[in-house]
Amino acid sequence: MSQATLRVQKISGHAGTVPGQDTQREPTVCKLIDTTTCIGCKACEVACMEWNDLPFSETVFGNTYQTMPETRWNYWNLILFNEHEREDGSLMWLMRKNQCMHCAEPGCLAACPADGAIVQYTNGIVDFQQANCIGCGYCITGCPFDIPKMNPKTHRVFKCTLCTDRVSENLEPACIKSCPTGCLHFGTKEDMLFEANRRAKQLREHSNFPNAGVYDPRGVGGTGVIYVLHDASQPEIYGGLPANPHVPWSVKLWKGPLKWLGNVAMIGGLIGLFVHYLRYGPKAREEEDIAPGGTKT
Amino acid sequence: MSHPEQIIPHGHVLRYNLRERLTHWVAAAAYIYLLATGLAFWSPWLFWVALILGGAPVSRLLHPWAGLIFSAAVLQMYVMWAAQMKHTDTDHAWWKAVKYYSTNQDEKMPPAGRYNAGQKFLFWGFFWSTVALLATGLVLWFPEYIPWNLRFLRYVSVLIHPAAALFTIGLFMIHLYMGLFAERGAFGSVIRGDVSIAFAKRYHPAWYKEFIGESSSPRK
Repeated sequence: MSQATLRVQKISGHAGTVPGQDTQREPTVCKLIDTTTCIGCKACEVACMEWNDLPFSETVFGNTYQTMPETRWNYWNLILFNEHEREDGSLMWLMRKNQCMHCAEPGCLAACPADGAIVQYTNGIVDFQQANCIGCGYCITGCPFDIPKMNPKTHRVFKCTLCTDRVSENLEPACIKSCPTGCLHFGTKEDMLFEANRRAKQLREHSNFPNAGVYDPRGVGGTGVIYVLHDASQPEIYGGLPANPHVPWSVKLWKGPLKWLGNVAMIGGLIGLFVHYLRYGPKAREEEDIAPGGTKT
Repeated sequence: MSHPEQIIPHGHVLRYNLRERLTHWVAAAAYIYLLATGLAFWSPWLFWVALILGGAPVSRLLHPWAGLIFSAAVLQMYVMWAAQMKHTDTDHAWWKAVKYYSTNQDEKMPPAGRYNAGQKFLFWGFFWSTVALLATGLVLWFPEYIPWNLRFLRYVSVLIHPAAALFTIGLFMIHLYMGLFAERGAFGSVIRGDVSIAFAKRYHPAWYKEFIGESSSPRK
């Protein structure tokens, strides 16, 4: 694959064509997270910080394993620990590795006004280009997963890159490499979906998880990170994973109909006023309009 | 109204005092900056505007501050003019006859006071839009500090902010058209402060009568 994977198929805030669009038939890459075999060891968190050279973040201690409450601009990969009581009274300890979902139809990219600050490569990875970022934070509003985080000092937004640099060199992301239980997999979207469905079927048929399933939400066109969940009917119990995530309707309205209406109204207004002036002209002439030697009416 | 230090040429009358003119130009300068940078964020086709204004990060940084200056100027306008912008029966008749106004048949218009009904609409349109723009603009200034469970504030703001801005752009275009092109003498009045008696009689007959009545009685 090498650098060819970095061809771009979507660009934020971009006028005109997108250079890499339809130039390459490349499989979409995908990360598969099997929450049923995650042991919450946080090796993926460490690997992420190591590989991406992220500085140490202060942790909190609240008598739980959740020593980091949420992802940060410099902490892109976080396991969320949740205790869930089932209907039969038994307890489940749910662990979900949370990071950017690399949506096929990214809300961050749709909301971003800065040319080239957010791109989607032909392999499906959604990547922030901080050099082009203007710090408006619209991506934060566009994202249905609460992933983009602002660096308060530089006013630039950061998130998981799906280890673009590694993937473009045919390596798996750092988190995948570090996982000791094999609950993390990486490959093409097609292969990962096959593997995920096979695992979900196994859970339904051979374990006591009749609702086991795959999380690959359609509202955002599917994601580049998919989960196997013990109970796919209620993803919210996994630290607020939205059941039906979609780009906020107000962002869609703003970037869709409002934009068209507004542009038509502005251009129409300018033309209308110009034609009005050609037709009717000024209401009356004042002295200052009358050229030297002219007569005052 | 009276402003003894300012020399008013013969046949002219003071329409905007210094405070009014200064407020107008503070608002105008801030609005033009807001418009230029706002349009750059509105459409990729206009992103170049932010680049020539020092780069998009600079535009993002200064746009909210310009918004605060604009809001302060609009607040000052409210203090100065709100009382004069009350809707009257004449304004009702003015709107009914607006087609004569827009086709330059001003003699068929009901007599306007210092501000005609259209100008009052501009004032209130800008005032309420500014309230909306300020409220939503504060949310958009610091979106990263809006907690996830209050995210509807961001959702509402990204829609209301451009919608209100578009409304003001419509008002602004008509305002420029009237002041620069349609009503000759209006632009000078907001620079120098005065208009000709003919201008006052033609566009603001009720106001003209008012100050003629004033000037016939001894000035205080």
